[in-house]
Amino acid sequence: MLHVDGVHKTFFPNTVNERRALRGIDLYLDHGEFVTVIGSNGAGKSTMLNAIAGKVAPDEGRIWIDDAEVTKQRDHVRAKVVGRVFQNPMAGTSPDLTIEQNMALAYKRGHTRGLGRGVTKDKKEFFAEELTKLELGLEDRLTAKAGLLSGGQRQALSLLMATFSHPKILLLDEHTAALDPQRADLVTRLTEKVVAEQNLTTLMVTHNMAQALQVGTRLIMMHEGEVILDIGHEEKQAMSVDDLLAEFSRIKGAQLDDRTLLQ
Amino acid sequence: MLIAVELGLIYAVMALGVYLTFRVLDLPDLTVDGSFTTGAATAAVLIVGGTPAPLAMVAAFLAGSVAGLVTGLLHTKGNINGLLAGILTMIGLYSINLRILGQANVSLLGEDTMFQALRVMGISRGPLLIGVLVIMVVVIKVIIDWFLATDVGLALQATGDNEEMIRSFGVSTDRMKMVGLVLSNGLVALCGSLVAQYQGFADIGMGVGLILVGLASVIVGQAIFGTRTTFVATGAVVIGAVIYRAAIQIALQVGLTPNDMKLISAILVVIALLVPQWGVFRRSRRRRVRASSTPAANPTTRSAAGDSASGR
Repeated sequence: MLHVDGVHKTFFPNTVNERRALRGIDLYLDHGEFVTVIGSNGAGKSTMLNAIAGKVAPDEGRIWIDDAEVTKQRDHVRAKVVGRVFQNPMAGTSPDLTIEQNMALAYKRGHTRGLGRGVTKDKKEFFAEELTKLELGLEDRLTAKAGLLSGGQRQALSLLMATFSHPKILLLDEHTAALDPQRADLVTRLTEKVVAEQNLTTLMVTHNMAQALQVGTRLIMMHEGEVILDIGHEEKQAMSVDDLLAEFSRIKGAQLDDRTLLQ
Repeated sequence: MLIAVELGLIYAVMALGVYLTFRVLDLPDLTVDGSFTTGAATAAVLIVGGTPAPLAMVAAFLAGSVAGLVTGLLHTKGNINGLLAGILTMIGLYSINLRILGQANVSLLGEDTMFQALRVMGISRGPLLIGVLVIMVVVIKVIIDWFLATDVGLALQATGDNEEMIRSFGVSTDRMKMVGLVLSNGLVALCGSLVAQYQGFADIGMGVGLILVGLASVIVGQAIFGTRTTFVATGAVVIGAVIYRAAIQIALQVGLTPNDMKLISAILVVIALLVPQWGVFRRSRRRRVRASSTPAANPTTRSAAGDSASGR
């Protein structure tokens, strides 16, 4: 479903600030795979997601989504098949528009936008039905502006908007990191639920190693622009955070504790 | 004062155009100074040449749209700063406008203008004319309200509100910005054609400083009436345009001369931008924000919040 082949990216090449963010990423995701991505800061996790989404153009390498090469496609074109939820809860919705208007925008992903009414009666019913799944009572507040919602509510809405329009790939970039633990749990639960329901092919970056082990069907660890560890479902389920750290130390031959990795 | 209301309603067409760029797209567009005159010049020359007034006004709208498209292309495809792109088009249009006019001004006295036609029908200055102008402006306002509620219109609003987000749903924000600039400058040029017909001539300098008039109308109107829904926001712009003309009229009656107009416009915009940040007004605004957010935070009054928020 998603195929990343030998992608390299260097920021500010040939300057003192040169940063090699990606050094040959190879990744293949089957349909319905839910991969969690961990790694220290500067490991290239976000850059990899941005390369897949089309926000960052790779220097080398190619990317395919569903057997179609998208390496040169611009981000908004690729967005027809790629759903995203950002770390910042404010980033995923339009604050001045109402909840139903935001959902109407998401609803049209991959379709031509014409002069038809954005929010119709039928759509309203459908939106309310979808919102019920969040169990936040948002279905009664369709005409409230998204800017009035709390961070957790906005992030839950962003997740719904990113997924109910059936993207082929879902990219989650630390989408629970800016929330308090309770809300983060809620959004994580919702994520698992909707990914399972729609069998979405998903890449989720997280800083929380326990979460990375607990959620999803596969785990990859990145370090300095490379994928250094790739473990499948069963192996992952048997692992603890300590095992993961030990594995990292073994590969990198360095002593690291959870905290350094989390930095 | 009736003349001030007439003028205010005519200039409201331009203010609605400025609203589309300045507020909806969050992109202050200075093309307006040039495209206003382009509209006036196009319509004036066509009317003098015997084209029926309605057709000449359509041509004016299209001419303005092209100007907006040029600014849009410079800004999006050329990666030129929005303000600079507008200034470049505006300056370039000065020469083009002179070409269209052929001289510094073109008189429309005795020509078959829209207002001449209304006069023949017995609608000259005064309440009757105001009635006709109100209908015209309301029709344009309703069209804009409708447009902003369509799928394209929502994408346009989101482009000004959260560009990253709307791109992630597959919308080309470049295209949306061009749509906004084209519509905006079309309306501005249409307004130019109306003003030329109203005052009986088109003049190369008639658009100078006009962006301030547009901004003043948008800012004053929305400072007073708010922007809760598109319906309210566009209505506020129309009323703001009339208030602006009334303020100018009062300034003139107090003893200032037409030469002072630009200074008055500038001061009016500054006041409208500063006042909401001061004391009494700030408190009242805060209260409004709190009043609308408190029920949202409290689940027990959820339905009340839903009702109060359903402005449409």
